[in-house]
This record gives sequence, C-alpha cells and structure tokens, in this order.
Amino acid sequence: MKLKELESCLQQVDTFEEPKILLEQYPTSPHIAACMLYTIHNTFDDVEGKLVADLGCGCGVLSIGAAMLDAGLCVGFDIDDNALEIFKRNTEEFELTNIDLIQSDISSLSSDAYAKKFDTVIMNPPFGTKHNQGMDMQFLKTALTMATTAVYSLHKTSTRDHIQKKASDWGVNMKVIAELRYDLPASYKFHKKKSVSVSFDKL
Amino acid sequence: MCICILYLNVLSRISGSQATEVKVSEVEFNPNFVSRMIPKLEWSALVQAADGLGHLQDLPTELIADYEANEDFLRKVHRVLLEVEVLEGCLQCPESGREFPITRGVPNMLLNEEEA
Repeated sequence: MKLKELESCLQQVDTFEEPKILLEQYPTSPHIAACMLYTIHNTFDDVEGKLVADLGCGCGVLSIGAAMLDAGLCVGFDIDDNALEIFKRNTEEFELTNIDLIQSDISSLSSDAYAKKFDTVIMNPPFGTKHNQGMDMQFLKTALTMATTAVYSLHKTSTRDHIQKKASDWGVNMKVIAELRYDLPASYKFHKKKSVSVSFDKL
Repeated sequence: MCICILYLNVLSRISGSQATEVKVSEVEFNPNFVSRMIPKLEWSALVQAADGLGHLQDLPTELIADYEANEDFLRKVHRVLLEVEVLEGCLQCPESGREFPITRGVPNMLLNEEEA
C-alpha cells in the first residue's frame, strides 16, 4: 500500500464527536498517522505480522492504519467509552478482523499486566496538563514494559531532552525519527510542535 | 474480544457459563504470527476457555512439540485464538474473583475508585 493510499483511507476514520478536554482527546491527523505507520512498517518492519498495542487509542486511527498494513493483531487500549464505541464502529466499517479493543486505564495498569507480550507499541499519548502532569512519561514507561521490540510514540519537541534522559535512566535507546508540525484546535494551544521518537530495548 | 487477548493478561480467565454471546468469524491465517503467540499463552488456560465456550473441537489438550512447522496444528490454534470472539460475557481474575464485563466485544478492565 502506498503512503498516499494509506493516508486517504485514514481520512475516512470517524473521530471524536464530543472530545473530552480533560482526557486530551483529539484525533491523530491522517497525515501524521500515515507517515508514522508507513515508516514503522517500511523502514523498521515492525507492523506486518506483529502483535501491536496502541495505548490511548481513542477512535483508533493508528490501530486501523496498523491493521491495514497487515499487523498480525492490533490491540487498542483506551479509558473512554465513547471513544471505544466510535473505534468499534470504525473497525466494522473498514471490515477489519485483526483489531481488538480493551477498556482500561494505562496509568493504573500493573507493571507486569502485559509485560513483554507485544512486539510493537505505537501511540500518540496524552501529554498531561496541569491536572495530570507527566502522563506522557507514564504511558511511555508502561509501553516499554509491554513491547519486546520497539515503542513508537509522539511527543512534544520541548520534552525531547527530558525523554532522552529518562530513556537512558531506563536503559533504552531513543531515536528521533521525524519532527512534525501539528496544528491542534485552540483548546489545546499549549501543544505546539511534536516529534516522533522511537525507543528500542537494548539487547 | 478474541480469546488470545485474555491470555496475554495473567489476571483474566473466562468460563463458559459467563459468556452469553460468542461469535466465530473468518480471520486470515498467518502461521508465523500464531506460532509466535503460543509461547506467550498458558496452554491449559486456553484449552479450558475454549472448552468453556463450547469451541474446543479438536484442539489438543497438551501443547505438541515442534508446532512451528505443523500447519494443521497452527490452524486449530488460529481458530481458537483469533476466530472465536466473546461478544458478551465476563472475565474473572482467578486470584481476587473480581469480574470484568465484556460488552459488544470490549472488556472493561477499569477498576472502581475504591479498588484502584
């Protein structure tokens, strides 16, 4: 599948009807999702035939993209009923059979719940606002316990150094794959730029 | 939700009496993927779940050796793992007995405020 095709398909994904600001709900844009997944698939071969987790999946843009790129199975995790309902509708419309959904709270998952069960984790985690600071790091930490090969995640450029430091504390390699401009609705104006980073488990 | 997800989470078990709606669908067979899933599962628990859901069929009760090259066996595992789905039912934690409902195929693993 070509990048343009993937992006075009992802434009058909239904997104949040009434986004909940406290949960930082906004859809990952089809363009960013497509670029991210395309790279993970073509450059790193971490999607096709793999067991993939999407943490904070929301309406499922990333999962649906992964499923279209022939992930063995993609499991989406989210805390919100409404988002999961929309995600479910999306999987039915796209007639995808390699997607599963679990309603859970990532920040309160026990550290061994899914330890080393997934090949790859992909995510666009909440960054954390003044109400729940450090949420992005919690997601990252959990993601790293779940993945055996790699975690691909979107983060604010301004947090890059902090993430780099945490990565080395945790004993994982971090690499920035791309830097993207992300224009979010005014309610999220504290998010300016984002970058894509990848963390590998050190062998 | 597919059975295989239950067994990735050590806290979950499902029993036949608790599944009120099960669906079987066709999912593309990927032998490599199934083969790599097997070491992540607890075989006896998988057999028990499949049995409880009335979908054991000819799945062996013991894991066979050299399954990687055995397409016949992998197809049986594929069916149970990916094609049998629980739409309505619940998961039960074998330690605490706590139950987590499955609604329209989605398990709700959220802890209540008192439990978190």
